[in-house]
Amino acid sequence: MQIASVLSALALGSAALLAAQPALAQQKLVPAQSEVQFTARQMGVPLEGHFKKFDAQVHFDPAKLATSKIALTVDTGSATMGSRETDAELPKSTWFNVPQFPQATFQSSTIKTLGAGKFDVAGKLSIKGVARDVVVPVTLVQNGATTTATGVLPLKRLAFKIGENEWADTSMVADDVQVKFKLALTGVGKL
Amino acid sequence: MRIPAQLRTRALSPAFTEMPLSHQGQALAPQRYTRTAMLLHWLLGIALVTLFGVGLYMADLPFSPQRLKLYNWHKWAGVSILALSLLRLVWRRAHRPPQLPAQVEQAMPRWQQLAHHGAHHLLYLLFFAVPLLGWAYSSAAGFPIVFFGLWPLPDLVAASPELADTLKPLHKLSAFAMAALVLVHVAAALKHHFIDRDGLLLRMLPGRS
Repeated sequence: MQIASVLSALALGSAALLAAQPALAQQKLVPAQSEVQFTARQMGVPLEGHFKKFDAQVHFDPAKLATSKIALTVDTGSATMGSRETDAELPKSTWFNVPQFPQATFQSSTIKTLGAGKFDVAGKLSIKGVARDVVVPVTLVQNGATTTATGVLPLKRLAFKIGENEWADTSMVADDVQVKFKLALTGVGKL
Repeated sequence: MRIPAQLRTRALSPAFTEMPLSHQGQALAPQRYTRTAMLLHWLLGIALVTLFGVGLYMADLPFSPQRLKLYNWHKWAGVSILALSLLRLVWRRAHRPPQLPAQVEQAMPRWQQLAHHGAHHLLYLLFFAVPLLGWAYSSAAGFPIVFFGLWPLPDLVAASPELADTLKPLHKLSAFAMAALVLVHVAAALKHHFIDRDGLLLRMLPGRS
């Protein structure tokens, strides 16, 4: 009797797991096909960088935008600008302050469709302990099982205290920073 | 070695033969460089020495706005020097520099004649090699040059940390080679002026004709 109830509990449990699994695996980021880049300007010189490590938690249903959610987590310590000198500086407290703020996050609040695969995703962007409301323009393109979300978000670096003290001088490093992303997702329903 | 007619007549003139022997050489310094050549020579001379000093100083600075500022200025100045050197070379092709005065040349041992020509050729080679290596190094390091912060210049090579590691010492070594040659050049000019007193230096100075 007892064994049977344990077995049935196990069966129920695994059934629940199996049922939950597709939902979890449904929408996933494909890191190899995704990019989060940024462009800064130093005395007129465009400097490109990117984050090597980031992840997205996506629950996106084109038919149910009200309950759709998108969250992005970026490891600030994975930022690279391709030169040893700058890469050694980025984790320091004047820039990303990685030891204290190892992650930058974006959490969506409302998603609005603009038609033709274009969306305005409003939400909270937190970098270096500063949270700001932003609206991210996102374009979705579907190709087979993969849905690619792309967009550009212009930011003011000083609003997030990126480049403090002597580096706050915008004639040296411009305030404007462009964040460019390309997120390849699997499991998103037809638009 | 043919002696220019102008020189021969001057050497035979009474004014020349009556002056103290030590000054005959200077009086013989006849043909000067063109004013444009002089201007480019002194301008680039000062610029190269200054930029070499700035380069030495900035390379040891810690990462700071001051360091980035100097690097940008160094690059803009380097590109300007490159452009002016090209202008200088074109000018030199069109306006050949005066030949060494025959008696100066005759007074020089063979090795000095070779050194004279070799040093000038090498200097001109380095006028181009040093800035081009610097430019390539900047490109490889992932810092495109934006001339005066306004005009983006093309990258000479693709960004690559390994290539940057190779180019950095080449830029430095070529700059040190140029600095050494400049020292030899200045020492030789001063030797001709103050020891040989052959007036060679006057060819590069405007004024008294």
